[in-house]
Amino acid sequence: MASNDSLSDRLAFLRSRLFPDHVVGEIMSKRWIDNAIPFTALVLTIIVLGSIIPDFLSLSSLSDFSRQFAEFGLVVLALTIVMISGGIDLSVAAVFSLAVLFSLIGVNVYELPVPAVLVGILGLGMVCGALNGVLIGYLRLRAFLTTLVSLIIFRSIYEIVFVKMSTAIMSGFSDSDLWLFIGEGSILGVPVSLVITLVIALAWHIVLSRMRPGWRLTAVGGARRSAFNAGIDVRLMVFSTYVASSMMCALAGFLFAARLGSTGSDTGVGLEVQALTAAVLGGTAIGGGRGSVAKAIIGSLLVLLLTNGLINLGISGPITSTILGAVLILAVFIDMRWQKHRHRILAKIYVSPTYLDLPPAPAIDAPGSPYALNDRLRSVEIIGLGEIEGPEDVILDRQDNLYCGTRHGDIVRFFGPDHKRSEIFAHIGGHPLGMAFDRDDNLLVCIGGMGLFQVAPDKTVTKLTDETNRSWTSIVDDSRLRLADDVDIAPDGRVYFSEATIRYEQEDWATDALESRASGRMICYDPKTGRTHTEIPKLVFANGVAMCPDGQSFMFAESWTCSISRYYFDGPKKGTIEKVIDNLPGYPDNINRASDGNYWMALLGMRGPALDLALKMPGFRKRMARRVAPDQWLYPNINTGCVVKFNEKGEILDSLWDLGGLNHPMITSMREHRGWLYLGGVSNNRIGRYRLPDADPNWCAQDAYWGAKP
Amino acid sequence: MRKARLSQEGVVFALAVLLFAAFAVTLNNFLTTGNLIALVRSVSILGILGLGMGLVVIGRGIDLAMVATMVVSLSWVLSMTQGGMPLGTALLFGLALALAIGLMNGILIAYADIPAIFTTLAMGLVAYGAGRAFLFQIDVQNTPAGIAWFDFLGQGSVFGLPMPIVAFAVLAALMALLLLRTRFGRFVYAAGDNALAARITGIPLRPLIVAQYVVSALIAFLAGLVMAAAVSGMSTRLYNSTMIYDVLLVVVLGGISLSGGRGGVRNILVGTLLVGVLLNGMTILDITYTTQNLIKSLILLLAIMVDSFINPRDEQTSQQAQGDI
Repeated sequence: MASNDSLSDRLAFLRSRLFPDHVVGEIMSKRWIDNAIPFTALVLTIIVLGSIIPDFLSLSSLSDFSRQFAEFGLVVLALTIVMISGGIDLSVAAVFSLAVLFSLIGVNVYELPVPAVLVGILGLGMVCGALNGVLIGYLRLRAFLTTLVSLIIFRSIYEIVFVKMSTAIMSGFSDSDLWLFIGEGSILGVPVSLVITLVIALAWHIVLSRMRPGWRLTAVGGARRSAFNAGIDVRLMVFSTYVASSMMCALAGFLFAARLGSTGSDTGVGLEVQALTAAVLGGTAIGGGRGSVAKAIIGSLLVLLLTNGLINLGISGPITSTILGAVLILAVFIDMRWQKHRHRILAKIYVSPTYLDLPPAPAIDAPGSPYALNDRLRSVEIIGLGEIEGPEDVILDRQDNLYCGTRHGDIVRFFGPDHKRSEIFAHIGGHPLGMAFDRDDNLLVCIGGMGLFQVAPDKTVTKLTDETNRSWTSIVDDSRLRLADDVDIAPDGRVYFSEATIRYEQEDWATDALESRASGRMICYDPKTGRTHTEIPKLVFANGVAMCPDGQSFMFAESWTCSISRYYFDGPKKGTIEKVIDNLPGYPDNINRASDGNYWMALLGMRGPALDLALKMPGFRKRMARRVAPDQWLYPNINTGCVVKFNEKGEILDSLWDLGGLNHPMITSMREHRGWLYLGGVSNNRIGRYRLPDADPNWCAQDAYWGAKP
Repeated sequence: MRKARLSQEGVVFALAVLLFAAFAVTLNNFLTTGNLIALVRSVSILGILGLGMGLVVIGRGIDLAMVATMVVSLSWVLSMTQGGMPLGTALLFGLALALAIGLMNGILIAYADIPAIFTTLAMGLVAYGAGRAFLFQIDVQNTPAGIAWFDFLGQGSVFGLPMPIVAFAVLAALMALLLLRTRFGRFVYAAGDNALAARITGIPLRPLIVAQYVVSALIAFLAGLVMAAAVSGMSTRLYNSTMIYDVLLVVVLGGISLSGGRGGVRNILVGTLLVGVLLNGMTILDITYTTQNLIKSLILLLAIMVDSFINPRDEQTSQQAQGDI
């Protein structure tokens, strides 16, 4: 920053550098933030209850607690699975109590072998779940009501059987060691039932977060119609969640029976409300699509701690149930609000402008200024009018064919020399931005949101790279390429390409201008090793790249600082950056070589005093981002641009304008080829062709850089 | 659609008649005047509660807290009268409590956007738990003796019809008037049919929702009053029974679609009739309480299935933030 700044500027500068306020938004946009509130609640509950109840955290109570948790956690997990798929299962408690009853009948009354009882109980769970699953998945009944009714059905069966068998269960006794082991044994100090639950939880965690069935399950819950359209068997998915849920509840009942060895008329009564409270408290969304094993565990720990704590405190059953009901309402309320407003809150706090002090812009209308306004680009020839949308970059091959990207994810080729006919050269899917030819005439393309791709002359598309090394201090995952922008290739084949920003996707690039934060970078891909690494971190919207003739450095543009720098990747100055131009009158985009050894550069828009001033007022821009609708924000003026030519010393040699903005309101790229200058723009529907009066009419960039080919 | 709706109501009515005939032929004591009056009388409470539930369901909601409201408010009233308070004053307090519960439900559903089914389920828990903890201690509250109008409400009769039946009939007539002849009723249908469209049209959707739950709480209180008078007491254990599902059974069996916007008082009458015949028959057959529950819930399941066939909903598009309820 300049030395003659006022104290308030200095304070604003320090404030924006010392307090990393962009971190807040980045943390809020993390997926695990959903778990943060329930987790904090859990820690608080443990601290509060631990301090008012003596022996709350002692080992003896811990062993009993962990067994309770094993059973309850399994039921909550079962409910969570169903809820992730967008359903709900109120019959969990009834299935649980049925399983308790039939386990005891099997073991105590009929003295069947324990493994056989287990298989039978799981089969019972499967039947109960299949009933729910068929009704809800295939007959498409309402989940809540259906499982409410099946809850009564299962419960009635329980009560009918219980009355008949209770005395037999009481008088029966099992001397099976396995039964005893499941109920009271432990493996390496960990209760058996807890081990079983943890193994199941781990398995579900892997399925939900790492495997296709889990993703499909989440997709069904997130957007049922989209899941259906994507070819997922929605009905089967829904059906299986209920089966899985009931089987897990049955297992929980089996473990409960092994632990207590008896059952009463109130076993499992109200368990469904507890489980529901736990699931919602943990952060599982009622509407589906959001939920995880971690959430289920946090939620069940919370509810179990709460109920146990209230019992310990001697609070009566009715009050406990009142508290549980209130907690359920509160949890659903928070969940509903969070789902509804999450994106809005995030959108408000994510934008975090920083302090940027630009040197005064050169006067473009002063006499003798190299930027003197003219209208030379107005009468350009037009290529492909209306056939293409958004040719951010243009490039020509040795056979005079013209290539450009389009918004629709295609690379279009116009056949030389007249460029009247065209074809879709390749379809990649993302919007192609910067392009370059390598030594073997492969076309390298930066694709916004996708990475670096290569299209061979025979049209085969290869992904070169879509990730770089993850930096440890970054909170957003900066290993993924969000906005690869322009590319050029060193003589030895190393590919240098810019990434404009790690904080925004391509459609939000203008918001990055509002921030003007150093969140872009220069990345190097080495085809020899296939590795990608970040070469220069922390650039302000890194944009155009062009190799210098010395073969060991390149020019690069940083749009929002209006500057051009030169970076040495080899040779004696390796690793150093030299400022070439620091006070452009506009925002530089792509840079390419000219036939006379100088460089062409596109200015995608011009600076204005209002935004320049606002850049020194981060607080003002932050308020603007919060209070004003995005279409009313102060943006860079991208309605007028120009092409300038500069040399290695940073002197401006020439400038080309289209003042009325008739043909090329926004220019993001230009290429010189055989005496013509071809112009592209990211929001244009055409390519322009301007006759350069005194350029070499035979100069072809590929021949000049890689050497002529026959 | 209209034809299909009529046919479901017709089917249920035919089923009720068929069941009635079957019981009349096979069961000895079924077709006696005494039993028939007992039959209607036994289900009149259920019918009254069904009126409130029906209103809320037509508005595309559900009120699972009705039984809790009824039990808690009336138990409190009786508990206060036993403490020496005049019945009239106590009733005012009880009415205020019931209305407060309904208001709370409505506000949470309409303004806090919590799904009705969660709100009322949890509110039932809260109300009952708080009632047990703070308002009354014993399970069964007895009615005060010697209050003429109260005894008449329970034991008296008009033109040979016991009062509970008369109360049911009067309330049903009032509800029919409310639904068919008032602006409120039309708005409830509109909101139940398409809440968003109703809101865009200018209907005050949120106050409307609150009003529905207040009315259903009021009806729950009145049902409790009739019940307390008829059986000379109020058992708090009712809350733990499956009564609320019986109410739902009346509504859904009668043909009021859970998708909202359809149905009316006639459906509730038909539903009450079928459930009444069923319960009475099963009681005469000496089927145990738990088995009766099993049979009732199976029939409810069947009714929901039929409902989903007759009033199909697009499962893909009916998904909301509130989940599959």
